[in-house]
Amino acid sequence: MSSLKLPSPDLASVRARLATARGKQYWRSLEEAAASPEFQQFLHREFPNHASEWYDDLSRRQFLKLMAASFALAGLSACMKMPQEKIVPYVRQPEEIIPGKPLFFATAMTLGGYATGLLVESHEGRPTKIEGNPRHPSSLGATDIFAQASILTLYDPDRSQVVSNAGRISTWSAFLEGLNAALEAQTAKNGAGLRVLTETVSSPTLARQIAALLEKFPRAKWHQYEPLARDNIMEGARLAFGQPVETRYHFDKADVVVALDADFLFSGPGWVRYAHDFAGKRRVRTGQSAMNRLYVMEPVASTTGAMADHRLAVRAGEITAVAFIIAKELGAVEETDATLGDRHDRWIRAVVRDLQNHRGACLVVAGDHQPPIVHALAHAINHALGNINHTVVYTDPVAAHPVNEIESLRELVRDMNEGAVETLVIIDGNPAYDAPSDLAFSEAMSKVGFRVHLGLYEDETAQLCHWHIPEAHYLETWSDARAHDGTVTIQQPLIAPLYDGKSAQELVAAILGHPNQASHDIVREYWKTHALPTDDLWHAALYDGTVPNTALSPKAINLRSIQPHDTTLTTEVELLFRPDPTVWDGRFANNGWLQELPKPLTRVTWDNAATVSPHTAEKLGVADEEVIELRVNGRGVRAPLCILPGQADDTVVLALGYGRTHAGPVGNHAGVNAYAIRSSDAMWLAPAVEIHGTGERYSLARTQHHQSMEGRDLVRVGTLDEFRKNPAFAHNEIDQPSLYPGFKYDGYAWGMSIDLTACVGCSACVMACQSENNIPIVGKDQVARGREMHWIRIDRYFQGGLDDPEIYFEPVPCMHCENAPCELVCPVSATQHSDEGLNEMVYNRCIGTRYCSNNCPYKVRRFNFLQYSDLKTQSLKSMRNPNVTVRNRGVMEKCTYCVQRIQAVKITAETQDRKIRDGEIIPACAQACPTQAIVFGDINDPNSRVTNAKGQPHNYGLLVELNTRPRTTYLARIRNPNPELET
Amino acid sequence: MAQIFHPRTNTISRVSLFGALFFLTGLAWVCGELSRSSYVTREGSPMEQPVPFSHKHHVRDDGIDCRYCHTSVETSAFAGIPPTETCMNCHSMIWSNAPMLEPVRASFQTGQSIQWTRVNYVPQFVYFNHSIHIHKGIGCTTCHGPVGDMPLTWQNATLQMRWCLSCHEQPEQFVRPRDQVFNVDWKPPLNQLDQGRHLLKEYNIKSLTDCYTCHR
Repeated sequence: MSSLKLPSPDLASVRARLATARGKQYWRSLEEAAASPEFQQFLHREFPNHASEWYDDLSRRQFLKLMAASFALAGLSACMKMPQEKIVPYVRQPEEIIPGKPLFFATAMTLGGYATGLLVESHEGRPTKIEGNPRHPSSLGATDIFAQASILTLYDPDRSQVVSNAGRISTWSAFLEGLNAALEAQTAKNGAGLRVLTETVSSPTLARQIAALLEKFPRAKWHQYEPLARDNIMEGARLAFGQPVETRYHFDKADVVVALDADFLFSGPGWVRYAHDFAGKRRVRTGQSAMNRLYVMEPVASTTGAMADHRLAVRAGEITAVAFIIAKELGAVEETDATLGDRHDRWIRAVVRDLQNHRGACLVVAGDHQPPIVHALAHAINHALGNINHTVVYTDPVAAHPVNEIESLRELVRDMNEGAVETLVIIDGNPAYDAPSDLAFSEAMSKVGFRVHLGLYEDETAQLCHWHIPEAHYLETWSDARAHDGTVTIQQPLIAPLYDGKSAQELVAAILGHPNQASHDIVREYWKTHALPTDDLWHAALYDGTVPNTALSPKAINLRSIQPHDTTLTTEVELLFRPDPTVWDGRFANNGWLQELPKPLTRVTWDNAATVSPHTAEKLGVADEEVIELRVNGRGVRAPLCILPGQADDTVVLALGYGRTHAGPVGNHAGVNAYAIRSSDAMWLAPAVEIHGTGERYSLARTQHHQSMEGRDLVRVGTLDEFRKNPAFAHNEIDQPSLYPGFKYDGYAWGMSIDLTACVGCSACVMACQSENNIPIVGKDQVARGREMHWIRIDRYFQGGLDDPEIYFEPVPCMHCENAPCELVCPVSATQHSDEGLNEMVYNRCIGTRYCSNNCPYKVRRFNFLQYSDLKTQSLKSMRNPNVTVRNRGVMEKCTYCVQRIQAVKITAETQDRKIRDGEIIPACAQACPTQAIVFGDINDPNSRVTNAKGQPHNYGLLVELNTRPRTTYLARIRNPNPELET
Repeated sequence: MAQIFHPRTNTISRVSLFGALFFLTGLAWVCGELSRSSYVTREGSPMEQPVPFSHKHHVRDDGIDCRYCHTSVETSAFAGIPPTETCMNCHSMIWSNAPMLEPVRASFQTGQSIQWTRVNYVPQFVYFNHSIHIHKGIGCTTCHGPVGDMPLTWQNATLQMRWCLSCHEQPEQFVRPRDQVFNVDWKPPLNQLDQGRHLLKEYNIKSLTDCYTCHR
């Protein structure tokens, strides 16, 4: 049911309108910029286009019958007895468990082989919430969206729960029989027909086990493949240094950063740490206003691009030329014939000058999806600028056994096609879905006699294998992993495997002939002979979440000279493949939280769309949401189009990770499968693509229009110079009197400050809030009606012209207004004001008139229109935070400043007869934020961080002219543009 | 024209109108009383338990402190029901063959927990915290009644919100010195109101009627 039946905006008129706008004009979408009368109408209703009316198939007669019955029964519930409960204690209570008090355990989550350290909250033996580990170098207490959402994957009812043999339920012992038979045949041949395919492995234990496997079967081979393989980076290092090295950045020492299609603030190993370091050099306070400067050149708008002081939309293929030009200017290469003509000339010269003025304190970063030559050039440029061992260091690779993964996969497919592979063991990958389509992995795999798959889901690969073993989730098993700087974390389980899953280590141990060896013993054995010989050291490592002295130290490198490359563009229109910002490479397709999380730039949920720039859309003659067909080398996919301002012209970007067929009921058939047109020799940039519109329309569920605050002065941006001249530039409020007597706040008074200069738009706060507060997901149809339930949302604004706008993010939680419009209108007093300034929401009183949501100017109140919370699925009940009510249908909810955390700390402080210390209460959003953009605390305390933040001159509130007196205020976004480039 | 209705219908209509009014009022009164009654609230009625545990025997006769079994009452929201091991601390040596204690021994041997029937509990949208009440000088017997004299355990108060508010609005009526919290024989002294007000200040008891104090 589409809610967006708006006419496609005429782009030329939009451009004209924006060009003649006086002053800054912020707009959130093309339709908003066009400001057509239909759109104004659309915006005025909080829930678009009759979303609150009944469209579904239930007839009126049935509806009335149901209503009559439920009305008759409704009155009786108050008189009924509470059901009798059982209370079941332990038989032998573990010493450290106090019922009602959570315990925290350190572990880590890996993505692409790189670990982020975590502290996981456990209630009575059930993990319920994931936080960052403050002692871990990749985290420093913060997390990303994947770590937050991984708790849902643990309890996902669609995970595979049994060993299956060609679709029939079987057992681990039956599997072992089959495995041993296959391995016996291999032993005679020294393993000539045995292949093991894993993802990138950084676990020292697993690497050691596979090495032992290769000793036992000398002719067997170990392949590694991930669809987002970092081959380009390794090849680039080889080009520059002759050896594969890991590059590590120190953004906390860089005053000027140039990102060449590098989204270092949202993805890549260590990005949480990099965001933290980068923001540390960017925060502006009175008395400390030195800011770093970020230049970004990228083909498609990213969160890093949104943070940039200067952003240039450049085609992906042109970045090689740009890199050569910059390298030549800085003397990093001898000569080059790369040229961009006069385009961008001024821009690049200013960048080069800025870099030269900051030798040793600047950084040039090449993006993960750029070809190896760009990486080599970035190394050379950093070398020429004297940045080595200052802002960038090189270490040994983090991966245990780095290989060129696409080559590794090609070799495997070749062997399979020749019939040389008799036994294939796939550990935790999904190559049948995400291998490049030209390799025809599924067909090749069908030639293998004995196929085993270990995975979390019975996915596309498991369907084609003889045996599928359910994998133990990282929260269920022992393992180890390395962080982006090499630091090892011992992963420990928070709960016994829910479904008797096996870990990778246990499977390899079975191949090595030890079928019942537990992961704990394997990992402990390994570390006994390495850094943790004693039990004390082992327990200390488990407690801290890090093994001491395992960070990789910088190594000396020799830069080779870089030969000129041909930089002419090979195709007229470029098709780029990028990991999806929320579903990644497809592994999280069944994770409802991530599917519903709006993607940072497009605000699309539950789908992937092909994005193009407005100019390209006009050129191709296609409209927003029109289905287009993309053909590469004879293979085609049809994808809906999404016009994304700020994208480079003649570039189409399609995200990977959608279009799955066996992800589970949540992820199946969402979006289109970009892997179908991806080929192994062009993993990131398709060689030639044909595009044509089909004239069909596919509606995308986008949240960009929802909860509009009607374009008032919401995002305030200034330059550093403006700030220095007039620190209060963001202020234009007049103190208004109020007829209401107001509240007196004698004790604590809670407030929050959000620093827009630090917010990168990563949405970790949204995921953390969803996890902490048991927020349900609603599905694509309901999102299209504006009913998504996120208590904190990220608004994305464009500013400026249609083709090259600036992009700003603004997180919006409940403002907890002192003069709350919502409190006055509730007929049953379900929302009150506490004497500490919180706007209270009492679910058991709410009868669902929704008047409060109507009255809220910020539109932060979310209503359970339907029974969104899943009260039936057993495994999800374990996931929920026991300290937060699970809301039923018909009840209003909203951000509570994590009142459960406030009360818990208050009770602790009161029982210890002391006041609450600043920083003791951390709401979920503030804890997850990598850049510490959200600060919470007591505004009655003159020394608290939040009082300091609110005292800054660039502090402002949203819609204060309505005299709501919000407790959540913002620090205006301050940019640091280069005076040479600012017009 | 003949009358359609007999004169008796005047009486009938008046009686039925007033009667309906009284009937509905009466119905409302009955529902109100019912919802407060011990039938609905289970106040005062002992519950069927797998083992007929006697607080009177253990507290009054044996002098065991509440905290020996209800261990987390000072540190957590839940006071805690003792694990089987706590029972077996004594009952592995005394009454170790009593048939009444067979479920306890069986639980300890097989590792299956004893499924007690819950006596005192509030709905799930109420987040009651024991530790703060203990710390602020509310004794066990104030809410749970004369547990030390209960041969079988029953719920001593209705545990409805209006009952909680009767203290939350006037805590000086019920607060006792901290060292008396676990005293099962404590009775409010004659000067309870004065002493109570003094204790409110000393123990910093305030903001009790905010919704968020109990509901989250």
